[in-house]
Amino acid sequence: MFIIYCPYCCEYREEEEFHPKGQAHIERPKDPEACSDEEWGDYLFFRDNPRGVHHEMWVHAAGCRKFFNVTRHTVSYKILETYKMGEKPSVTAESVAATTATPESVQKEGVRA
Amino acid sequence: MSQHQDTAGRRLKAGGQIDRSRPLNFTFNGKTYQGYAGDTLASALLANGVDIVNRSFKYSRPRGIVTTGAAEPNAVVQLGASEAAQVPNVRATQQALYAGLSAASTNGWPNVQLDMMGMIGKLGGKFMPPGFYYKTFMAPASMWMTYEKYIRKAAGLGRSPMEPDADIYDHLHQHCDILVVGAGPAGLATALLAARSGARVIVADEQEALGGSLLDAPYTLDGEPAEQWVARVVEELASMPHVTLLPRTTANGYHDHHFVTLHERRTEHLADTAPQVDGRRQVRSRMHRVRAGQVVLATGAHERPLVYANNDVPGNMVASAVTAYIHRYAVVPGKTLVVSTANDDGYRAAIAWKQAGHAVAAIADVRDNPDGDLVEKARELGIRIITGSAVIEAKGSNRVSGARIAKVDLQRFCVSGAVEELACDTIATSGGFSPVIHLASHTGARPTWRDDLICFVPGLVEGVHACGGANANYALGSLFSEAVDVAARAVAALGMSPEPITLPTTDEPRIGKAVALFQVPHEKDTLKAPKQFVDLQNDVTASAIEIATREGFESIEHVKRYTALGFGTDQGKLGNINGMAIAARCLKRPIPEVGTTVFRPNYTPVTFGAIVGRHCGSLFDPERYTAMHDWHVARGAEFEEVGQWMRPWYYPQKVNGKLESMHEAVQRECLAVREKVGILDASTLGKIDIQGPDAREFIGRVYTNKWAKLPVGKCRYGLMCKDDGMVTDDGVTSCLGENHFLMTTTTGGAAAVLEWLELWHQTEWPELDVYFTSVTDHWATMTVTGPEARKLVSELTDIDLNRDAFKFMEWRAGKVAGVPARIFRISFTGELSFEINVQANYAEHVWKTLFEHGEKYGLTPTAPKPCTCCAPKRASLLSARTPMPR
Repeated sequence: MFIIYCPYCCEYREEEEFHPKGQAHIERPKDPEACSDEEWGDYLFFRDNPRGVHHEMWVHAAGCRKFFNVTRHTVSYKILETYKMGEKPSVTAESVAATTATPESVQKEGVRA
Repeated sequence: MSQHQDTAGRRLKAGGQIDRSRPLNFTFNGKTYQGYAGDTLASALLANGVDIVNRSFKYSRPRGIVTTGAAEPNAVVQLGASEAAQVPNVRATQQALYAGLSAASTNGWPNVQLDMMGMIGKLGGKFMPPGFYYKTFMAPASMWMTYEKYIRKAAGLGRSPMEPDADIYDHLHQHCDILVVGAGPAGLATALLAARSGARVIVADEQEALGGSLLDAPYTLDGEPAEQWVARVVEELASMPHVTLLPRTTANGYHDHHFVTLHERRTEHLADTAPQVDGRRQVRSRMHRVRAGQVVLATGAHERPLVYANNDVPGNMVASAVTAYIHRYAVVPGKTLVVSTANDDGYRAAIAWKQAGHAVAAIADVRDNPDGDLVEKARELGIRIITGSAVIEAKGSNRVSGARIAKVDLQRFCVSGAVEELACDTIATSGGFSPVIHLASHTGARPTWRDDLICFVPGLVEGVHACGGANANYALGSLFSEAVDVAARAVAALGMSPEPITLPTTDEPRIGKAVALFQVPHEKDTLKAPKQFVDLQNDVTASAIEIATREGFESIEHVKRYTALGFGTDQGKLGNINGMAIAARCLKRPIPEVGTTVFRPNYTPVTFGAIVGRHCGSLFDPERYTAMHDWHVARGAEFEEVGQWMRPWYYPQKVNGKLESMHEAVQRECLAVREKVGILDASTLGKIDIQGPDAREFIGRVYTNKWAKLPVGKCRYGLMCKDDGMVTDDGVTSCLGENHFLMTTTTGGAAAVLEWLELWHQTEWPELDVYFTSVTDHWATMTVTGPEARKLVSELTDIDLNRDAFKFMEWRAGKVAGVPARIFRISFTGELSFEINVQANYAEHVWKTLFEHGEKYGLTPTAPKPCTCCAPKRASLLSARTPMPR
């Protein structure tokens, strides 16, 4: 069970208070009518599933009810950053790759028995 | 009938940590025995000469006690004198003895001594190769359920109680700076430094008393017996208010972000069901849900038995267990001992045995030139040491009667000399120690194989530390300095400054170098030799693993599944490493290439009671009641659960002394709505108060229809879709003011709709000035519906209900029964309807007043069910109020 820092409440709270809401930073097309079927389908249904740094949207459902973003490592489950809606992440897959000092050696991997 | 104490002659006159002044009677498989306070069920059974505690899973072979702790594969018993107190899957080695304890073998029919399945097992052995279940029961698939029933009955995996549990359980949510798992030398030293440094510390240990291996260590610390050092440290820790000591507490699961579940057995050592204190029930066990800043794993190590022919016959034990039974429980579990070892630790058993006055036939040491202090000590005691050799086979069926010893060539994996058979009743073996890496493994970190240490050491994620046996560091001197180092790092990681502690000096012996030995070669090939057991609980043999590799199962995960290695309730604590080593030998690959399987929670079985805590019975799931709930109950309503709401379903009446069926009641209620007037408690429908200058614009964006021109005082039905075009919710929204709307939602959809509105407002349209508040609980809603509705409501309100003044899909504010109210002219029965909304705490008064006035009109309580019957065409969404004019 995660412990998550709510950027609005400015407190670490238990995962029980939050709901995950899927991938973050998915913008609704400005003019849906102008979208091709493929573009609209991508917006509706297609999501990234990275092994590593992932930006997710969560909501502090049993708290302040605010939506916010979580940057989480999908292998170690480590939360690298949380930030408010509308803000840009300071930790990204690229920034992590640039500083290769991240201890990947002991992170989760392999077959789950 | 109490059996005379110590007929088996196995209990020593002095020594051990048992209280000889407190004898305790207990029963096992219906027979009464006596042990002492301080015993475990296992030590008491051994003292009473009970050799066979179970029958094995697949071959139904007799099995005895092998270990002293959590790794025990055989002595898994069903506990409980009464039906309600039944607990399956209890390891006798971890169960403290109490007066009146009643336990039984989980396996063996009609009993463990005379086992019908034993014959089948002997015959069946030939016919039960690895993958037996897959191969035999593959087809037809429909028959599996039939097979499974018989397999389970024969296997006996323990059973659940058939009566409700008399005990209560609870959860405790805890936070600490440093959680120390294990209170042996490493754990205690860590805890002491952390606590003195000011950190909030929780120390959990699965044993009855804190101290771990020091409880049966025959050494001194600072010139005193080790227990005295333990007592002093524990006393100091206990005196600090920021330290929590939890004996009898197993850290069973290590979850994300240093969330660890600790299972504290608070009364399991006292009685079947928790004894009362001052007439109040105590909590039987407690789950601590701990969020720790840093975690120190001082979980120690499990000794690996050697794998040799007939190594499952009762009387075969791991060497450290023999030592612990002698030192801690004053039980010598036999008369004549043979030790087979690949290291110095095996010698401890022989020395303890000899010093207890019993005979040691020989120590077979696979090393050619063993040279540690313990080896010297054994020589001084006159114990025969046979070097370069190992026990290749045990003799006997219900109890070991002899050991066949031969020179073995480990390089060529064969017996390289003549076999000598020695008479004995106990064989103690040591293949080395496996650090308890389970909790570290739960975090997802992979362990690392160390050739120099002959074991896996735990992989550690940030914030987790391991020390002592858990990190394959066994010598007290280096173990203590490692513990201090680890504690200092953990304290520093929390931003505190470590307070140094003085470490005790010790007189422990110098330990010689060990060699790697897992399976012992036999004169015959593995496939033809008598069974060499790897996993005792699941009856997995060395030959089964060899067959699996021959059949092409090369991944250890596949070997595990094919053979069932490590699949038991013990998760293969004793057998896994031996199994991997055998697979590696067969595949001619080094052990780290074969790898290890992943351990997962729980470390040892946890009772459902502890998992559930207080969340059972009426506290299992919250129930939401409307303001008129008591009235509905008094009226005999049947309820349906919608979301968490208890909503009246129908109100059966007695007709000619017989209670109506649902169908009859619904028909009667429908008729009342059609011909007279009915009343429905619609309070459960979701209500969201929407305010702000952009409220109208916002509603226009989330509903499919137009809202720009809805005037104040009017209502409109709305349909909500997601971006994929699927309808998610519907309801009526009313314009209360230019910047103020009340949205209604389906009963079950209220929370999701509110979140949906927030999502769009917070992510896509933050520029809109609008606020959402759930007011579902604040307003009670009663729908008066039927031809007589106008007459009835007009008696109680100052609002003009004239059909021209108050039209369909309009709302009015005023008073009903003297209480401020809003009335909405919305209908989903198709009949004339007035929905009266009042503040919830006035609702019962208004509801009752309506009935006082409604009797003459035939006012009938009704429920959504009849209402939907009345409006079948519009009721595609069950609880939606699709309006119909009337």
